[in-house]
Amino acid sequence: MSAAPAHSRPGGDPHNLGHGDVPISERGPAPKRIVVAYGFWIFLLSDFILFSGFFAAYAVLAKETAGGPAGRDIFDLPLVAWETAFLLLSSFACGMAAIATTAKSVRWFQVSMAVTALFGAAFLACELYEFVHLIGEGNGPSRSAFLSAFFALVGCHGLHVTLGMLWLTTMMAQVWAKGFRDDIVRRIACFALFWHALDIIWVALFTVVYLLGSAA
Amino acid sequence: MRVRRQSRVRFVASSRIAVAATALILLGGCVPGVLDPAGPIGAGERTILLNSLVIMLGIVVPTIIAAAGFAWWFRAGNEKATYRPDWSYSGKLELLVWSVPLLVVIFLAGMTWIGSHQLDPFRPIQSTKRPIRVQVVSLNWKWVFIYPDQGVATVNRLVMPIGTPVNFEITSGTVMNSFFIPQLGSQIYAMPGMRAKLSLQADRPGSYRGLSAHYSGEGFADMVFRAEAVSPAAFQSWAQSLRGRGGLLDDRAYLALARKEETSRPGYWGSVSPNLFDAAVAQAGVPVHKVEHHGRERL
Amino acid sequence: MFGKLSWQSIPWEEPIPLVAASVVLLIGAGVLAWVWRRGYVPYLWREWITSVDHKRIGIMYCIFAMVMLLRGFSDALLMRSQQAMAMGNEGYLPPDHYDQVFTAHGVIMIFFVAMPFMIGLMNFAVPLQLGVRDVAFPTLNNVSFWLTASGALLINISLVVGEFAKTGWVVYPPLSEIRFSPGVGVDYYLWALQISGVGTLLSGVNLVTTILKMRAPGMGYTRMPMFCWTTLATNLLIVAAFPILTATLAMLTLDRYLGFHFFTNELGGNAMMFVNLIWAWGHPEVYILVLPAFGVFSEVVSTFSGKPLFGYRSMIVATMVICLLSFMVWLHHFFTMGAGADVNGFFGVATMIIAVPTGVKVFNWIFTMYGGRIRFTTPMLYSVGFMCSFVIGGMTGVLLAVPPADFVLHNSLFLVAHFHNIVIPAVLFGAFAGYQYWFPKAFGFTLDEKWGKRGFWCWITGFYLAFMPLYILGLQGMTRRLQHYDVPEWQMYLWVAGIGALFIAAGIACQIIQLFVSIRNREALKDTTGDPWDGRSLEWVTTSPPPAFNFAVLPNVQGEEAYWSVKAEAKEKGELSKRPKYEAFEMPRNSPTGIVTAFFSTAIGFALIWHIWWLAIVGFFGAWATFVVFAWRDETEYEVSAEEARRLDDERRRAKAAMVGLPQDQIA
Repeated sequence: MSAAPAHSRPGGDPHNLGHGDVPISERGPAPKRIVVAYGFWIFLLSDFILFSGFFAAYAVLAKETAGGPAGRDIFDLPLVAWETAFLLLSSFACGMAAIATTAKSVRWFQVSMAVTALFGAAFLACELYEFVHLIGEGNGPSRSAFLSAFFALVGCHGLHVTLGMLWLTTMMAQVWAKGFRDDIVRRIACFALFWHALDIIWVALFTVVYLLGSAA
Repeated sequence: MRVRRQSRVRFVASSRIAVAATALILLGGCVPGVLDPAGPIGAGERTILLNSLVIMLGIVVPTIIAAAGFAWWFRAGNEKATYRPDWSYSGKLELLVWSVPLLVVIFLAGMTWIGSHQLDPFRPIQSTKRPIRVQVVSLNWKWVFIYPDQGVATVNRLVMPIGTPVNFEITSGTVMNSFFIPQLGSQIYAMPGMRAKLSLQADRPGSYRGLSAHYSGEGFADMVFRAEAVSPAAFQSWAQSLRGRGGLLDDRAYLALARKEETSRPGYWGSVSPNLFDAAVAQAGVPVHKVEHHGRERL
Repeated sequence: MFGKLSWQSIPWEEPIPLVAASVVLLIGAGVLAWVWRRGYVPYLWREWITSVDHKRIGIMYCIFAMVMLLRGFSDALLMRSQQAMAMGNEGYLPPDHYDQVFTAHGVIMIFFVAMPFMIGLMNFAVPLQLGVRDVAFPTLNNVSFWLTASGALLINISLVVGEFAKTGWVVYPPLSEIRFSPGVGVDYYLWALQISGVGTLLSGVNLVTTILKMRAPGMGYTRMPMFCWTTLATNLLIVAAFPILTATLAMLTLDRYLGFHFFTNELGGNAMMFVNLIWAWGHPEVYILVLPAFGVFSEVVSTFSGKPLFGYRSMIVATMVICLLSFMVWLHHFFTMGAGADVNGFFGVATMIIAVPTGVKVFNWIFTMYGGRIRFTTPMLYSVGFMCSFVIGGMTGVLLAVPPADFVLHNSLFLVAHFHNIVIPAVLFGAFAGYQYWFPKAFGFTLDEKWGKRGFWCWITGFYLAFMPLYILGLQGMTRRLQHYDVPEWQMYLWVAGIGALFIAAGIACQIIQLFVSIRNREALKDTTGDPWDGRSLEWVTTSPPPAFNFAVLPNVQGEEAYWSVKAEAKEKGELSKRPKYEAFEMPRNSPTGIVTAFFSTAIGFALIWHIWWLAIVGFFGAWATFVVFAWRDETEYEVSAEEARRLDDERRRAKAAMVGLPQDQIA
């Protein structure tokens, strides 16, 4: 049942509205820009699944405080609000960096990325403060299964932000040294996707861990 | 109509093959196992096992024959076979290849659903006799059986009256194990900090092999016990004779046993401190603490 | 300075691992010396180790898998001989060693034989079948391969430095927790799998992107060869399932290294969560292994029957249904945990439903043979052997999916027989069929049929002898992972199983001989046409072996079975298709990024296993620096000129003209 060539169908494919005679799936390999971003999306989806593993573990263990503190005893919501603000602002700055890239403005790119990094560092500093504070009070991850799950989930996000910072500075150095080469622009696009994805995860984390945890 | 009759014939034929195959396995298996059950749970499970096997053989055997037969008949050297180089679709056959397995699976699914509920390990066996309670603790690498109503306990030897349901409560004082007496049926995990429930019954007297069916470390192969089914009267007098004899199974004796990382000869205690089982559930794994030297456990 | 590591970490008192390791080291050193003396090192470095060519990488994956098969199989021989002996005595392997052997056997066979073999075949064949020049991310592909190799290296190091896990291949806690397994064995397991897992995940991302975004013009989804579809399904599963494994193993790592309480007995830890999580990855993993094999069988059966695949669209649906359902059945691995009748019933039924699309596939292969003109080459033998044996494994699988039946068969040798009955006839036979089928494409000559068939008959006989007795033993209540036992009647069956293992050893020997014989007779076995099997899909369009860029001009696909229709047209019209217009194009340059990264990741893994913290930090920055250096390259591609493309394509057209019996002037 070898099909008749689709290209020669009179009038084109009726369901292929606005896409010309040849369906998208038959137009040959996509341009590199699309391929790279698409691949990175797939990677990000897998990263979301990684996080969902930690979320699931947190959901299972949230009540297992083993006589230790529960979420409402230890969460410092104002601090978390500051963290959230820092992270969202850094994402905004990252968006500006993407615009600067499109505009081919090295100066604005570097400024925006520096601001992104600054807010990212502020976020990490808050998180570090929270962790050190909790461990200092004897509420470290070894205290209970709940705290293990909490530290692992929040820490996994923090680790992503830390690695993102390393990537971010590398990109700044690269643009400084090489300018907006095609492959570098593609990398910047991937970095921006990564940085925004961390925001999405933080929003979920903030809601599930901190807000629901404080309410419970 | 003819097609249906043919498939019926084929079904009957294949069930005969199934019975023959089963008989063969049984003959081969002169060791009593799950096909030679001694109680209602094991018997129920064997029935489901064999029924599902026969139903599936009805489709599997023709499939094997078709695969081998088509491959042979349509070999390149066979002049008599018709070559149909473009034949690659048939709506009717497609319908058949989807619906045949689907129907079989629907049938099996019904059996599975009902069977899962009837033979749920947590469901107590219905009986006019008052069930016996036994609490089971798996340790490295032995089984402790506590009879709370009789006030006695044993290690690696389970004695039960025939015709009487035995309600087990199962936990582990160490890592995961699985409590299993193949001839009586259902196994269930013994897990630290958890209480699993299982109801078994032996209908004929005998000594059955019991084991852990979940790997639990170096001494796992030795984690075997005997389950002896005796008459209710014999059971009573056995429990009676133990009482007062032998030592007391209290926390100290339990911990000493738990720390000893090896199997044990069958043994007994004439008395048991109350709530020992609850303590074992709460204190799971605490006594065991292995050590390493330069990264290795055995030196 | 060296953490836990010291001279006493090496098992001096155990002869078996020491001798095995010395032999391996000697052979390795011998091969290295030979390669060095012949002056092959620069060639290997330039053309293979740093290659970003998907074909070369695919071949390296397959070679790697075959080498690891020898390791995994020697573990199997140890187990079979131990169990054949150890009736009422300790046998010759102490529990400490036996437990490492069965754990290593499982880990190696799944992660370092079956997976790399399949990924190798996918890497090799898929871009060719799609009619494109490479995968989406060629350098990443090389990195993936070397990360996989890095994980395998760590596991093999554990043979003589320290010990391997003694917990079974899915390392259930609490046994795998530091309290019960304080040695480095579980740490080797964790880091080896994390490192190779990253490699697997990256190749999953790579192949998904390749299939969804890089296809020749006209290659719509419903025109892709079946193997591409199963590859897509497999890699979607990899992308969706491997992160779960990464997360789960990370949690166990945190428990072991930093005193967390995810799965511990105390302070609220929950080992049942581990069991759920590991199987949420583990069940899709089964389909990650078997789906590509299904793809290979689809190609092989259709080619050697001389017919299109029966019910192509139905096969696609079946593949994708399996892909989806594989995430909904994980609980059948632990019905005996006591989840309750409703839950058990649901998962039992869900599991059975997978049998429907799988059954459809089997029937469709059978109907593909119907009306065919079947050539019994070695790959076809493997396929028929698969169909006849696999249905038995599928049947016992459905039996195990019935919770009440599982209550008496769980963890028994019946289960062991069942999954080997899937993994050997389906996954391994699929791998072997693919290896035999695509070998001429990869190297330009076919494999010797006589030795190939001998290998097949040894394998299938060995399989039945080795595993049918285990079904019976399982019904007799023999559980798995027993280092010794006390039931005399079992011994006879275990002897038969041991003899089966020897048959399999003979099968492996035949395959090795086949390779040597074929290389020696390569002139006689030469494939001059690029199409030795009268193939149907695009990999047979190009020469054998194909040029680095596969196709001088991307083929323009006009329907299903892209190559078959072109070939038929050429035969019918008595002329080749029109000469295309050649244009210059760019190909990626080779890069040592992969092997350098793998070097550092091995260092990181080893350092973390032995608590050598400074080395872990050095390794991390080394790996990062490698990527930075890679990112700094200015020249990432080289150009293939239009003349070069034309020259090579002329060669190809001459071969094709000769193949269909057209005069040589036809190519102009």
